[in-house]
Amino acid sequence: MRAAIRVLLAATATAALAACATTEGSGDSTKSASAYDYPDTPYPSTYQPYPGVPTALVGATVYDGAGGRIDNGTVLFADGKVVGVGGADLAIPAGYTRIDGAGKFVTPGVIDIHSHLGDYPTPSVDAHSDGNEATAPTTPEVWAEHSVWPQDPGFTRALANGGVTSLQILPGSANLMGGRSVTLKNVPSRTVQGMKFPGAPYGLKMACGENPKRVYGSKGRTPSTRMGNFAVNRQTWIDAHEYAAGDRDERDLGKETLAGVLDGEILIHNHCYRADEMALVMDMGKEMGYRVTAFHHAVEAYKIGDLLRENDVCSAIWSDWYGFKMEAYDGIPENAALLYQAGACVVIHSDSENGIQRLNQDAAKAQAAGARMGIQIPDAEVVGWFTLNAAKAMGIADVTGSLAAGKMADVVLWNGDPLSVYSRPEKVWIDGALMFDANDPQRRPVSDFELGQPGEGDVK
Amino acid sequence: MIARTLLAATAALAVAVPAAAQDFAITNATVATGDGSAPIENATVVVRGGKVVAAGANVQVPAGVPVSDGSGTWVTPGIFATVTDLGLVDVGAVGESNDTSARNSPFSAALDVATSINHRSQHILVSRAAGITRAAVAPSAASSIFAGQGAMIDLGDDPQAVDRPRAFQFVELGEAGGRLAGGSRTAAHTLLRNALREASRFGEESGLAGGPSRPAEVRTGDDIPIDPRLVESDAERATDVLLTRFDAAALVPVVAGRQPLYVHVERAADIRSVLALRQEFPRLDLVIVGASEGWMVADEIAAAGVPVIADALTDLPARFEQLASTQSNIGRMQDAGVKVAINAAAMEQPRYLSHFAGNLVALASVPRAAGLSWGEALASITSIPAEISGFGGQLGVLKPGAAGDVVVWDGDPLEVSSAPVRVYVDGVEQPLENHQTGLRDRYRDLDESELPKAYDW
Repeated sequence: MRAAIRVLLAATATAALAACATTEGSGDSTKSASAYDYPDTPYPSTYQPYPGVPTALVGATVYDGAGGRIDNGTVLFADGKVVGVGGADLAIPAGYTRIDGAGKFVTPGVIDIHSHLGDYPTPSVDAHSDGNEATAPTTPEVWAEHSVWPQDPGFTRALANGGVTSLQILPGSANLMGGRSVTLKNVPSRTVQGMKFPGAPYGLKMACGENPKRVYGSKGRTPSTRMGNFAVNRQTWIDAHEYAAGDRDERDLGKETLAGVLDGEILIHNHCYRADEMALVMDMGKEMGYRVTAFHHAVEAYKIGDLLRENDVCSAIWSDWYGFKMEAYDGIPENAALLYQAGACVVIHSDSENGIQRLNQDAAKAQAAGARMGIQIPDAEVVGWFTLNAAKAMGIADVTGSLAAGKMADVVLWNGDPLSVYSRPEKVWIDGALMFDANDPQRRPVSDFELGQPGEGDVK
Repeated sequence: MIARTLLAATAALAVAVPAAAQDFAITNATVATGDGSAPIENATVVVRGGKVVAAGANVQVPAGVPVSDGSGTWVTPGIFATVTDLGLVDVGAVGESNDTSARNSPFSAALDVATSINHRSQHILVSRAAGITRAAVAPSAASSIFAGQGAMIDLGDDPQAVDRPRAFQFVELGEAGGRLAGGSRTAAHTLLRNALREASRFGEESGLAGGPSRPAEVRTGDDIPIDPRLVESDAERATDVLLTRFDAAALVPVVAGRQPLYVHVERAADIRSVLALRQEFPRLDLVIVGASEGWMVADEIAAAGVPVIADALTDLPARFEQLASTQSNIGRMQDAGVKVAINAAAMEQPRYLSHFAGNLVALASVPRAAGLSWGEALASITSIPAEISGFGGQLGVLKPGAAGDVVVWDGDPLEVSSAPVRVYVDGVEQPLENHQTGLRDRYRDLDESELPKAYDW
């Protein structure tokens, strides 16, 4: 595994935590929300959709992301929103630009629930290494958005080659509690605020297993063992409860994040590989009064598909990474299919500036591995693994992730079956604005970093 | 402890008898020979005595050769993975199981991976199940710009993994080489030149000049002959030499052009500097590895006749030496006449080779991009890496006389949804089970009503 060193670095970078101060900050339905004594929305999103034209995609095979498939379908969007999804008989209102999709495919915009674009940007030089505040085992006080470099060229590749329209940027996994994540629209912007997904909840990145105990154990600090990992986590939650139960008058960035988790406003995204550890973490959540939204990497999730279903926890996984570290030793390509068979939630993630360009292919691999062991999963369900299921686990499924009237017009027109290695995005719309067009050399973002450099504006 | 290990290894050698090659024919399959041509439908492949005897349409199966109907399947040569660390690692992040590099070794160029290949490595088993039958295995540079000597192996289920020890020397000359040499590219080039000159002189004085890198005359009973460059030499050396005696000896065949020199560089300017080495060392047998910016100097690479083992899907400026990287790199180099194989080191696992090749086919339908035809893409992971590795016509191709490395697929071999159903190495059908298939079978259901899962094996 020559790539193992890079993988290890990426895995080290993998912990994130996000919390959304944007939701109901002034609401009084819960004592905690009303007690927050800080601005509802610091560093608020300034994202505004770019202009688009009313568009009718006709004649393509449509996967709606929610398990539906329409052959010779019609997708209508205008003013940034999906207007209608139907068959060839769906009436196209006057003034719509028709795009012939015969022989092509339409899906919702691809969503990556696990990315480090911007906080581990390219060029991958030390000066850009902003994903792990590896100076204390718990750093719930840091926010990934304060590390994101919007000029990371990786965003443009994810758009053009991967059809990615939304993504969650997580802190790394060096720490038990790595900090808040941030969810972005994949639009080029001068500022990270210009990318922030309006209203998306924050997440809190947590990590179990080898990374935290290695990072701190090697410094002669706790945790140096898995039991140390749990002890530090539990005491931190106990302290957070004390804070949350108080008047919360004194600002404490870390405890504000943890209180947000206990209030149910901030979602837990937990890096964890081994089945036995995931089972313990779910019980820790019960002990401490929070819920894990998704286990990330989860290469052994297939061993506990029943537990994950019963606890309603998603597994955000690669199709077949394995063996690059001890806790990844039991990874198998059938992981996703076995989870699906158990009735548990599957999300295909990347954790990679390269893999994010091929989430569709990774899902197809996982589907095929299942088929070979007799687990047949419809294509339309598999498309949901990198669209709607990711949106659900990121708390944005009410506004994106599937093609349904009223949702954001985040749409990919593929030049072929998105579950084939031979297909690529032809056009990508974000909130109804055409942000990538393979047929138009200018309709392709070029980061500041790449201006005047060899290969500027190349097909990449 | 060491003695016990040695005894165990000897015992394993004694009882392991390679299975005999079977004669077989597969008919009615879609056959892709790996030579760059398009697949042939309703075709036949015949293997006898471990060798391919026929492949194509209108092939008559000789009497007595067992025939299996390949309807619905595809048949290709085994994939040739270059460059890999197969057999050198159990778990990448578990240091004691990882023999890819040796940061604290006093040796560099002399390091020889052939001594350390574990043919039962799970990564070999997993790669075999993905249709990989041969691989180039290289060490990673850690204590010097010279990583050491790579080997050519087969992935067959027998202890004779090494087909050709000391098949090439591997050196770092880009950003990584500069750091290893003391801090700059210039230091790396100076170190390289000094090393090659020391080796040249040592070769003359010790009588090793041009000594073969893959001797066949010294047999010792196992499959890896002793390297004659490491036998005693009385040649005196000057006191200001930098290379150890073994390292100098290891570079003798490199200077003489008898052992290929794999050079890892990415930037266009670095590629030019490598090509220019031939002005000083005209016999160097160069192979460029990486070459993210190769498309910018493709004409020069082609004119020099230097083959390239290139990253297929690298398209980000991960390092400053890769600013112009693009997935169209391989297609553009091939269009310029460069012989290009896909670099297995530039992906998470070697088993992604077929998928990366498929991605290059996808580029053919992307405006302004340069991809490969289907046949060219298969060749970039079969016949071309075999040719670069010195096995042209013998491996990575289905034609009379080539090794019976045959893979039967359940669909288009370059499609992400396809997988091998049968794999042959030298005509021997291979087991496709491994740790992963064991886990898959155990956890097919989660029923423990009678006994724990530990009893399900």
